[in-house]
Amino acid sequence: MSLVKLTVSTLAVAAVTSGAAIARDQVQVAGSSTVLPYASIVAEAFGENFDFPTPVVESGGSSAGLKRFCEGVGENTIDIANASRAIREREVQACAEAGVSDIIEVRIGYDGIVFASQIDGPAFTEFEPEQWYKAMAAEIPGEDGTLMANPNMTWADVDESLPAVEIMAFIPGTKHGTREVFEEKVLLTGCEATGAMQAMMDAGMDEDAAEDACMAVREDGKAVDIDGDYTETLARIDSNPEGVGVFGLAFYENNQDKLKVATMGGVAPSTETISTGEYPVSRPLFFYIKKAHIGVIPGLKEFAEFFVSDEIAGPSGPLANYGLVSDPELAATQAKVSNEEIMSGGM
Amino acid sequence: MTDMTAPAAPADAPRKGSLLEQDARTKRRNAAEKRFEVYGIIAVGIGVLALIALLTSILVNGLGAFQQTFLNVEVEFAEDRLDKNGNRDPADLAKVSTFGYKPLIEGALIATVDRLGLRPDGMSDGDIGAMVSNEAAAQLRNRVLADPDVIGTTHTVRILANARIDGYLKDRVDRASAELDGNVTPQQLELTDRLQAAGVLDKAFNWDFITAPDASENRPEASGLGVAILGSLYMMLVVLCLALPIGVAASIYLEEFAPKNRWTDLIEVNISNLAAVPSIVFGILGLAIFINFAGLPQSAPIVGGLVLTLMTLPTIIIATRASLKSVPPSIREAALGVGASKMQTVFHHVLPLAAPGILTGTIIGLAQALGETAPLLLIGMVAFVREYPDAPPEGFFDPASALPVQVYNWTQRADPAFVERASGAIIVLLIFLVAMNALAVFLRRRFERRW
Repeated sequence: MSLVKLTVSTLAVAAVTSGAAIARDQVQVAGSSTVLPYASIVAEAFGENFDFPTPVVESGGSSAGLKRFCEGVGENTIDIANASRAIREREVQACAEAGVSDIIEVRIGYDGIVFASQIDGPAFTEFEPEQWYKAMAAEIPGEDGTLMANPNMTWADVDESLPAVEIMAFIPGTKHGTREVFEEKVLLTGCEATGAMQAMMDAGMDEDAAEDACMAVREDGKAVDIDGDYTETLARIDSNPEGVGVFGLAFYENNQDKLKVATMGGVAPSTETISTGEYPVSRPLFFYIKKAHIGVIPGLKEFAEFFVSDEIAGPSGPLANYGLVSDPELAATQAKVSNEEIMSGGM
Repeated sequence: MTDMTAPAAPADAPRKGSLLEQDARTKRRNAAEKRFEVYGIIAVGIGVLALIALLTSILVNGLGAFQQTFLNVEVEFAEDRLDKNGNRDPADLAKVSTFGYKPLIEGALIATVDRLGLRPDGMSDGDIGAMVSNEAAAQLRNRVLADPDVIGTTHTVRILANARIDGYLKDRVDRASAELDGNVTPQQLELTDRLQAAGVLDKAFNWDFITAPDASENRPEASGLGVAILGSLYMMLVVLCLALPIGVAASIYLEEFAPKNRWTDLIEVNISNLAAVPSIVFGILGLAIFINFAGLPQSAPIVGGLVLTLMTLPTIIIATRASLKSVPPSIREAALGVGASKMQTVFHHVLPLAAPGILTGTIIGLAQALGETAPLLLIGMVAFVREYPDAPPEGFFDPASALPVQVYNWTQRADPAFVERASGAIIVLLIFLVAMNALAVFLRRRFERRW
């Protein structure tokens, strides 16, 4: 028993005392699950090519990552938060309150959002934002501009050129950053293009209320929120030949033998069309660095510089191979990281 | 109808008719019993079928992970590329990144293909080079850094093939799907067949799956469970060292020494309640106490172990108390009767007799903790970790992953090769669980005493 007792007491003492004393020697990253594959590819290459240990990368979502990022400064907080959207002012304030005042914002590139269906399913090959608005909206303005429940039940109801099958769309759930892009770049654009937004405003709604109405997704089972990952969307598409799902470009490129992708506004999604801005549904990806940790956590700055270097994030680097659309202004980003330029406050 | 007119027999009248013939009521009772047996068999059957379905799907999906496709390629460690100064200075060698090694390997494979005359018509160099895993460059670079003398010589190295090529040998990829898939071409599959026939490419048992660390989505073929197994092992060590002594001490006190009053009743009820608390709650507690308050590092097995200890304690206490209770009072009375103190009674007589039950309970508690993911989510162990933790005790504070976490991570990845990896990891986890439960059954059979 005495051996056991000794072990217990040593462990307990060690647990309480040494935790703070042990210096962390690897970079810790958390955040968006969209950025996770890119961050882990870079972390792996970083560990191989530098003398620093491989950074630890966690996922959990942009908001969760930024929340942890803003918990404070110190070795038991993370150094980098990945995000599939820009940091919000509310989050910058939360950060500042916890003492995280100097944040370096790094844009690593763009992510395309594609609309794909089962490869043997109906011919969903061309979409327009208007069609998605008409198919997904909770309420659509009628002839006189008053809102009525969305009457469209099949894709052919929405547009005659689409297959006459029941609408069944698997869209990202509200906790995903992708949902925001889907609402703004597809539903809102479609709403404006159909003239529905103008009709609503003519009927007496103010602009914000009309925008909200444009982005409200129907809840009668035709639009299914996917709160998990794209693998879950893929599984749903596998079992629903008539379903259409929303995926990241990289995910689609890894599963081209199961999915067929549709054009949006006549443009097929690819890293080229996204980088030129022709393909409309894309968003920037970011990571945020705590400046206070540079110089304290070994390898932090080197990791950030390596992440945005041409051989990694450039158009022929491994990130672009995996599906990241590289940033045309990468050189500016590189300069920003090496000069440790922080975000201007109160933006 | 004739029965109606017959005089009714008194209630306690002796039974009429032959004993060998069953009357209607007996028949009904027997039929009910038979029906119940059938229901029981059906219930068991459904359970067994579900188990078989689960195991087959895991085995079918996962057994492939234990095999991997390798290429045996002659690589010339060219001095002009790897050590331009020619002085074998480790600092200079380290400057050549894995990007510098990639063309070396790809060139070597292309040369091998052309030397053997295997190139399918019109296949580009790029397509041949793409058949090599991204891991190969790191493999080669580590070899050069470890042994600079290799520069300038030519060696046959065994490198990993790309996951799509590997999938072809495992029937996950075929020519029809390759037509559609931008990551592999039918020509590459044709060349795979030819290379296999020529003995350059082969499929072998994959130790790396058990020992290698996790790998990024660019190289599913290189990913393994090494860090996860170590992390799980460290956590189980922490749980064992903390939960067993604390749990046993608490149970002995509660069972043998504590007065029976309202307080001990309250404690008892709370222990049973704790056993039913969802495990994620312990994760929240761990984050608040061990990381935010005590300042322990994130993603570390020590924190995981502490959290799982809290989770396992009620299981161990309940099992220990049950086995202490099952030791007959006569043993205690006999010991006390010959003059032993209460403590001597417990430690010399009761505890040894209860030990098999305690160990069984502990092992089952550990097995439960081994399969737990939810509490680890909040303390940062659901992460991409590539560095092996150090040997204990420092290793307890290094970042690590855990087996169930690795399964969870792999199921979320885009590349289809990770589906196989995830199922393979489930198989490894199941093997550990079955081994632990078998040990528990063995201990019970071997040492348990019935009274």
